[in-house]
Amino acid sequence: MTLLTSGVSGRLLAQAMPLEPGRHLILHPGTPQSSHIEWLYWVIFWITFAVFLLMILGFTRAGARAHVDAIEPLPVTKSEEADRKATWAVGSAVAVTVITLFVVLVLSVVTGKRAGGLTSKNPITIQIIGHQWWWEIVYPNPQADQTVTTANEIHVPVGTPVVILTNSADVIHSFWAPSINGKRDLLPGYSSAFWFKVDEPGIYRGQCAEFCGLQHAHMGFSVIAEPVDQFQAWEQQQLKPAPDPTTPEATRGRAVFLTHACLMCHTIRGTDAGSRVGPDLTHLASRNMIAAETLPNSTGALAGWILDPQRIKPGVRMSPNPLAPDDLQALIAYLRSLQ
Amino acid sequence: MPVTDTMSANERETSESELSLRLERTWRQPGGIWGWFSDTDHKAIGIRFIVTAFIFFLLGGVLAAIMRLQLSRPESSLVGPDLYNQLFTMHGSTMIFLFAVPMMFQGFGVYVVPMMCGARNIAFPRLNAFSYYIYLGGALLLWGGLLTNTGPDAGWFAYVPLSGPAYTPGHRTDIWAQMITYTEVSALGVAICIATTILRHRAPGMTLNRMPILLWEKLVISIAVIFAMPAVMVASSLLLLDRLVGTHFFNPAEGGDVLLYQHLFWFFGHPEVYIAILPAMGITSHLLSIFSRKPVFGYNAMVGATVAIGALGFMVWGHHMFVSGMNPYEGFAFSSLTTAIAVPSAVKVFNWLGTMYGGKMRLSTPMLFSIGFVSLFITGGLTGPLLAQPALDAYLHDTYFVVAHFHLIMAMAGLFAVFAATYFWFPKMFGRMMNERLGALHFWITLAGAYAIFVPMHLLGLAGSPRRYSELTGVQYLTTTAPLQRFITVAAIVTVGGQLVFLLNLFWSLFRGHKAARNPWECSTLEWTLSSPPPQVGFGDQNPVIAHGPYEYSVPGAEKDFVHQNASGNRGT
Repeated sequence: MTLLTSGVSGRLLAQAMPLEPGRHLILHPGTPQSSHIEWLYWVIFWITFAVFLLMILGFTRAGARAHVDAIEPLPVTKSEEADRKATWAVGSAVAVTVITLFVVLVLSVVTGKRAGGLTSKNPITIQIIGHQWWWEIVYPNPQADQTVTTANEIHVPVGTPVVILTNSADVIHSFWAPSINGKRDLLPGYSSAFWFKVDEPGIYRGQCAEFCGLQHAHMGFSVIAEPVDQFQAWEQQQLKPAPDPTTPEATRGRAVFLTHACLMCHTIRGTDAGSRVGPDLTHLASRNMIAAETLPNSTGALAGWILDPQRIKPGVRMSPNPLAPDDLQALIAYLRSLQ
Repeated sequence: MPVTDTMSANERETSESELSLRLERTWRQPGGIWGWFSDTDHKAIGIRFIVTAFIFFLLGGVLAAIMRLQLSRPESSLVGPDLYNQLFTMHGSTMIFLFAVPMMFQGFGVYVVPMMCGARNIAFPRLNAFSYYIYLGGALLLWGGLLTNTGPDAGWFAYVPLSGPAYTPGHRTDIWAQMITYTEVSALGVAICIATTILRHRAPGMTLNRMPILLWEKLVISIAVIFAMPAVMVASSLLLLDRLVGTHFFNPAEGGDVLLYQHLFWFFGHPEVYIAILPAMGITSHLLSIFSRKPVFGYNAMVGATVAIGALGFMVWGHHMFVSGMNPYEGFAFSSLTTAIAVPSAVKVFNWLGTMYGGKMRLSTPMLFSIGFVSLFITGGLTGPLLAQPALDAYLHDTYFVVAHFHLIMAMAGLFAVFAATYFWFPKMFGRMMNERLGALHFWITLAGAYAIFVPMHLLGLAGSPRRYSELTGVQYLTTTAPLQRFITVAAIVTVGGQLVFLLNLFWSLFRGHKAARNPWECSTLEWTLSSPPPQVGFGDQNPVIAHGPYEYSVPGAEKDFVHQNASGNRGT
């Protein structure tokens, strides 16, 4: 039953689930890699399903042929012929098992090669660094001022191969966007690389898949796939330092930021704040969500988060900031201006 | 007293009764509290292992029920992330270290193996008793931790660096690591006792191919324990040194290696799976033969498959680490070896089928649970080849699909073997039969519950639900799976509650059950030649001599329909 239900209802589930924005099932692959994985899944699924049916059949027949009510001792005919027949049956069943498993193995290797090999040149490289409990995203460039640093939202151009370099700043995390590719652990002290190519624009949700502590359940990210020109415009915008505040309130907000605990952990390029403990906030307002995809990037959510992040994500590495109401308002006005 | 041929018949009789009296005196259990604690009888120690492990099984089940309640509603605030992490860590640690192995390997092994071999006591009885107390110490340490808000919270695997001094300060992980050392010393001690008993203390005439399958499985597991447990004890001790002494074995900032811990842990962790499931397979093979009244089909193939699983179990640990970025060729090696384990497993399933085929089935409760074991083993096992492929594992790793897989094949199937063994040997242990009607009710509730809980979990995994999430609102696209989560919770609560039927049966039978005869199931193995419960002195002055194989059922012309292993002379024909 297991496999029957997981297959059939898996498909039903896939159709029933509202998957916008982004598509998040193995049954809805968004990249060539996840298509390969899906194909392999269904091949092995049907093989094991057939095995399952055969086993059910075998045990049903064994049950039907059992002498449950017999009082007399079994009429056991210990003929050599019957023994030979039974041994032959089990032997051939084992042989079929071995051959089937070998086929599965070959298919798996072929699929693994297809999903793992980089087939196109000129990829863009993105470095992902796991933190408790957010993702640091770096688009490295030999020129330091051409390097983009952001958090939790990974912009990629459609149709271009992307190489992901993984690393971790603290504990082990695992990078997983289900409809994009398989997962990959981010290990401190190790770096590894894998790639994907997104074919259709959209927002693809991902999250941490390796237990990493208190807020493991709230460590999301999204892959935002957009046409190449949009991606380039985004990249150019991200390269700029933070704009100077234009309103008195935002100017005051910047002063609040630079005179409170904020600058101990965060960077806003173009100001004195340059610590890399927490996410880079230079273009905070350009992101859709805050707190690793936990809250929408709105005035109210920002206010709640800044005042008491421990209430929203207990254990998070950011301490409460009991700001005066007008200070808070000014700070949020400034942060909302960081397009 | 030497018995010589020159003695008269009368003298010989006197000396024989004196011998048995002296034996009884020597083997009598010392009285008083001190006597209770210093008891080294394998029957007493075995029952203590079984009872203790069962209590921790119930506690672990309650933890699972609390977790299910937390997951039944999105944005549930029944338990916070801190308590939730303690709950799943304690559930995993309790079920693996305090229930599965102590129950299947130590408990039933210590109780049954010496009697099956025809020995008066287990080899090294003091080491055996020591193993029980050190296990009890580890168990009380772990649960004392939870009750004093020092419950481990880094997962039952306690990956570094999360479990290291920098990320889990306090003593939670210290308690966990010390518990590991205690319980594994216990398993090691029992492994030495059981292996020695099987290799050295078998009754004369019990050649290797006349050993019940169960003894083979216990022997293979004992050897696996001796090789596997030191690895995890090294891992937990190095972790403790890192935490308490300030070494840097696992600290990447000082040149330590986080993958080293994973290799050490899974070098133990995967054989551990087989250490938990091989006794279950052994009990199932044994019971299917007895209750089908047929010899075990393909005895030699069964033994070969057991040895193969035990050996291959040491070569597949890397499949727990497919997504750690390992070299694809390394992944391929681990993947093919893992897939290869399906072959001996399939041999076992085919042989169980062969054993049952055309048999005269007696559907007593132990038989029901054994058939349930086979069913769960097949259902859970078939998802194994899926998970063994690195490309697929990259998707399914650390999702509910894996939870469903190992709970069906290891937790639920193993549990069914535990229940089968309990219903089967209860008459021998306590001299009373368990109630068959309550037993059948318990079986159907648990079987339906096992499938109702874990089949939907495959769907959660395919939908992309990661494990160990304290609540599920963080991932918006999973909100549609909430009804499924609710269904699983209801099924889990009903199943956990259904175990009350077992408890009721247990206590009722203990005091009111029918008196058990010497051999209520009509088995051929040696423990059933003793009275129920067996005398303290075991076989006493009768030294069984083995003349028959372990599974001579439906023998034409036999007095019943079977022949005791130590039946003298003719086979009935």
